[in-house]
Amino acid sequence: MTTDNSGDVRLSGISKTYGAFTAVHPLDLTVPQGSFFALLGASGCGKTTTLRMIAGLEEPTAGAVRLGDQDVTHLPPYKRPVNTVFQSYALFPHLDIFENVAFGLRRRGIKSVKKQVEEMLDLVQLGEQARKKPHQLSGGQQQRVAVARALINHPKVLLLDEPLGALDLKLRRQMQLELKRIQTEVGITFIHVTHDQEEAMTMADTVAVMNAGRVEQLGSPTDLYENPQTTFVANFLGTSNLIEAEVDSRSGEDIVLRAGGGKLSLPGARCSAPTTTGGKVLVGVRPEKISLTHADDAGEIPEGRNRITGRIVDSSFIGVSTQYVIDSPVCPEFEVYAQNIDRDVRLVPGAEVVLHWNPAHTFGLDAAQDIDAGVETVEEDAA
Amino acid sequence: MAFVHWLKRNLVVLAGLLTLGYLLLPNVIVTVFSFNKPKGRFNYEWQQFSTDAWKDPCGVADMCGSLSVSLQIAVWATLGATILGTMIAFALVRYRFRARGAVNSLIFLPMAMPEVVMAASLLTLFLNMGAQLGFWTILIAHIMFCLSFVVTAVKARVMSMDPRLEQAAQDLYAGPAQTFLRVTLPIAAPGIAAGALLAFALSFDDFIITNFNAGSTVTFPMFVWGSAQRGTPVQINVIGTAMFIVAVLFVLASMVIGNRRNRRKA
Repeated sequence: MTTDNSGDVRLSGISKTYGAFTAVHPLDLTVPQGSFFALLGASGCGKTTTLRMIAGLEEPTAGAVRLGDQDVTHLPPYKRPVNTVFQSYALFPHLDIFENVAFGLRRRGIKSVKKQVEEMLDLVQLGEQARKKPHQLSGGQQQRVAVARALINHPKVLLLDEPLGALDLKLRRQMQLELKRIQTEVGITFIHVTHDQEEAMTMADTVAVMNAGRVEQLGSPTDLYENPQTTFVANFLGTSNLIEAEVDSRSGEDIVLRAGGGKLSLPGARCSAPTTTGGKVLVGVRPEKISLTHADDAGEIPEGRNRITGRIVDSSFIGVSTQYVIDSPVCPEFEVYAQNIDRDVRLVPGAEVVLHWNPAHTFGLDAAQDIDAGVETVEEDAA
Repeated sequence: MAFVHWLKRNLVVLAGLLTLGYLLLPNVIVTVFSFNKPKGRFNYEWQQFSTDAWKDPCGVADMCGSLSVSLQIAVWATLGATILGTMIAFALVRYRFRARGAVNSLIFLPMAMPEVVMAASLLTLFLNMGAQLGFWTILIAHIMFCLSFVVTAVKARVMSMDPRLEQAAQDLYAGPAQTFLRVTLPIAAPGIAAGALLAFALSFDDFIITNFNAGSTVTFPMFVWGSAQRGTPVQINVIGTAMFIVAVLFVLASMVIGNRRNRRKA
């Protein structure tokens, strides 16, 4: 990357309250120049408010917004070198595509806009549509106009507010790759607000997971997925199996835990909770890390793996994998995703099984949290 | 049998044509009788074709004077009501203030009140204030009753406007004035235009309120009513037909412009 830091976005202690309601709690965040940054969370978590404070459309109750070395906290939106791609695009219905894209240039007093606008329309493959009105374009085309209209101004930072929310799944996939390509090409800092965890993970270098006006965790998609620090992150990003366990002892780097009569091993470095002997922690493991073996073959499972016994309650075949729900003494709805490589025909509902996984894939969370945080919201959004 | 079949298929068109005929018949009569040459003072029976009245539209004493008064009042009332009404509509939709709900319903009161009652109370008001009845009292009264209609028309438009459009304009370097001129106003324009047209039509042909508050000033509707007592000059039909033709031309022109613009865009 470059050493230029004029596209850094630094939020220090910014917060926003509406009367008694706090939309965003004091928040510190630094987005480095040239990165693709995602703010991820369910609706009402404060991610859009945060974005609007960067755009200048919302004034922070406290704190400061800096772009590079410039403090822009009190600048109106039309004086900030920042452009936004709005949710549902907000294209000007009375202007044609050309004039929509030229709008920002004209307002800054640039007279000869033709060449730039045409280049920009070619970049988003809409050269042919220049003289159409927005309502004559499809959703995907409108989305590209919105991106072109913002990018033509060469902003220091491009803000995207759920830019793909109105598109169908296939188009959304295509636009995700398209946006990622454009970002790599122009090298501008992108800040992307979304409630779609898959979208955030596919596109962003860094993801900040927000919940109830706070950033729960910040990191690369892999880091967030593999090492969630809170139950909200564990449940909101993908699916996690969480088991309540008691700290038994330590053996070297590992912590030994007791859960439902069995013992589980957890790498000490992967536990974000305090581990005093006899204390409680939540043990988590992702469904795809788990192997499923029929109880008759339990003897073949290698030593040193975490194991739990249970009974298959439900299985659904979804092509690349089979998803099982398993009733076990430690957790009534344990989820396991098994690749369909060598399918054991005995693994049907009712079968007694042993679940086992490499202890290195186990993570530990503070037990003093809601074990289901982040679960319901995902289902609501999907509905 | 074939006829019944034909009727079934064309019933909708037939009903449409009949309704259209019902709507337009009065205009046709007015136009036809503008070419009449009546025997007496009343233009109610067809005698013979003549273009006398069209050659001398202002041939009747005071008629064109009253027409000019009506047009002036209509133009100023439209202007006043449109500007005030647009501002009220924006205030009601965009801002939260005390008694907003009350204002919202009070603004419709003039529409609901019987015109005669309003006319009489306006007269009482003007007399008590010692105002000289005439052009200005008519204008004030017209702006007042046109306001509700303009507010209704503009409000509907402003309510359906996405506030994000203005935010998008601001985000794209347009200051408050530029945002209003380049985005807000053009998008609200159809609503404002509808309100203005309505105001013009209402003001131009208002009789009751005008009659109460006009003093010695005579507007065109008052002239027509007054002359109907003594006889109806053909020129009234000429003016009526001319107004109708102007209106039709306006509609046609706007349709042609709209079509051409759409075709060019496509």
